[in-house]
Amino acid sequence: MSDMQDYNSSLGNAAVSRKFETFSYLPALSKESTRQQIQYIIDKGWNPSIEHTEPENAISNFWYMWKLPLFGETDVDVILAELEACHKAHPDNHVRLLGLDNFAQCAGASMVIYRGTAV
Amino acid sequence: MRPVFTHSPNVMQMLTQKKEKSMAKSYNAGVKDYRETYWEPNYSVKETDILACFKVTPQEGVPREELAAAVAAESSTGTWTTVWTDLLTDLDYYKGRCYAIEDVPGDDTCFYAFIAYPIDLFEEGSVVNILTSLVGNVFGFKALRALRLEDIRFPIAYVMTCNGPPQGIQQERDILNKYGRPLLGCTIKPKLGLSAKNYGRACYEGLRGGLDFTKDDENVNSQPFMRWRARFDFVQEAIEKAEAETGERKGHYLNVTAPTSDEMMKRAEYAKEIGSPIIMHDYLTGGLTANTGLAQWCQDNGMLLHIHRAMHAVLDRNPHHGIHFRVLTKVLRLSGGDHLHSGTVVGKLEGDREATLGWIDIMRDSFIKEDRSRGIFFDQDWGSMAGVIPVASGGIHVWHMPALVNIFGDDSCLQFGGGTLGHPWGNAAGAAANRVAVEACVEARNAGRELEKEGKDILTAAASHSPELKIAMETWKEIKFEFDTVDKIDVAHK
Repeated sequence: MSDMQDYNSSLGNAAVSRKFETFSYLPALSKESTRQQIQYIIDKGWNPSIEHTEPENAISNFWYMWKLPLFGETDVDVILAELEACHKAHPDNHVRLLGLDNFAQCAGASMVIYRGTAV
Repeated sequence: MRPVFTHSPNVMQMLTQKKEKSMAKSYNAGVKDYRETYWEPNYSVKETDILACFKVTPQEGVPREELAAAVAAESSTGTWTTVWTDLLTDLDYYKGRCYAIEDVPGDDTCFYAFIAYPIDLFEEGSVVNILTSLVGNVFGFKALRALRLEDIRFPIAYVMTCNGPPQGIQQERDILNKYGRPLLGCTIKPKLGLSAKNYGRACYEGLRGGLDFTKDDENVNSQPFMRWRARFDFVQEAIEKAEAETGERKGHYLNVTAPTSDEMMKRAEYAKEIGSPIIMHDYLTGGLTANTGLAQWCQDNGMLLHIHRAMHAVLDRNPHHGIHFRVLTKVLRLSGGDHLHSGTVVGKLEGDREATLGWIDIMRDSFIKEDRSRGIFFDQDWGSMAGVIPVASGGIHVWHMPALVNIFGDDSCLQFGGGTLGHPWGNAAGAAANRVAVEACVEARNAGRELEKEGKDILTAAASHSPELKIAMETWKEIKFEFDTVDKIDVAHK
């Protein structure tokens, strides 16, 4: 029994317990991994789109759009720069990158690149 | 052989159909060979025809053409004898006909018969009506030793008359706010005997650990140890608390399969009333009429519908007799359901990999090309009909994750029952282990890594920051990612 670990999650401890969907059970993406994930979205032909929200509202369907989706953008550095600009403007918020698949009319990928602090 | 009777329509009359209309046919009572009427090797298939491929195993000495024609007749307009009322209708228009016969690769005991049915033989939007004809009396026909329905081509004209999946894959993702990864589920065990509150506890633990869904086992309906209403209430509280705790959307497939359709609808209405996003039905034991009605109701009421397939192996496992699962898959997509169990390829219920990939495409894609290497006999055009999410469930655990993500891709639901609940630290830890594993596999795949080759490295690296995953990997040990398929595709036999 002593080797058994408690599953540390509760209503009261938001910082530990609140998740934000895909990749939120992994450590924050490394710089290299972030570039790879962006490249994946580009290679799929999806439109990159940046959104952000206060962490406590992360369950909402509609996060705040950062400008318009970057239609047709294929430069990883340009997308990274926009993510960073959004993060600087909203440092406490989750900032996520979506790959919008206009054929499926659905996001093909969605991942938080900058993690806000849950309260 | 049965005695040959001559009466219309014979070949000459078919060739001069216009003339025939002005010429009355005469009635001759008796029995005649089926092939005179129902074997038409020169028939050119119409875009609107419903096509079927049967695997026919004849009794000794019965000629192929005669038997194939008999299958066409007995599954459409024909009966064993000529009847005078045949002449009151345009039988040439309404009859099914066998238009091709092929050898079965690697099996001389049987052959394929391809049969075309005019669309007007069937009521619109009724897979019930189609199956009643195609797999009805004909399966008991004495001249056959065995009969298997291998595939059906539903013309787009017929597809358009069916309602299909209530929400579809994209809509489900938007409802659940989950993108770019497979969905994760868990069937609650033991499958029978838990009280409603204990059951709700098991669900809550799994959901708070990172699952998207928990699931009623198929035989959980409303037994004395746990009536449906108490289960629904406790499970809904589990969902709501796990959502508040994790900030993610959750669901539980509330099984509404019931003794009567009225009772089923009562349970479905209550699930909606308490805010459950998804319900569940067993489409074969519950029946296709009930299923089609329930799917329509789900669409009208914004509910997701998970479909279990108990009884399928009775129908689809014998390679010479029954109905192939790819047909049952098409039938479900038309009848309606958002999830359907597909087999896992890698778990305890191993299925042929290529054949499974074939019916996964049939569930999800808009257009599927004929591909005999996958057992697909016809092009199938679904148009804009929503897709169904394949559910991989049965004897899978965290070591299977790399292969599962590779085989099934993102638009799938991976369900670990024992592989969640059997974790030494409990359901929440088991759920977290699977969630970490699936996300690690998706991240690696997106980065261009080969999951089935590098699976062990990917999982080991992920376990370095997840003690739950580390223990899960030690508990279930490493399995090898080899796929010696149990051959089910006919072309692969020899």
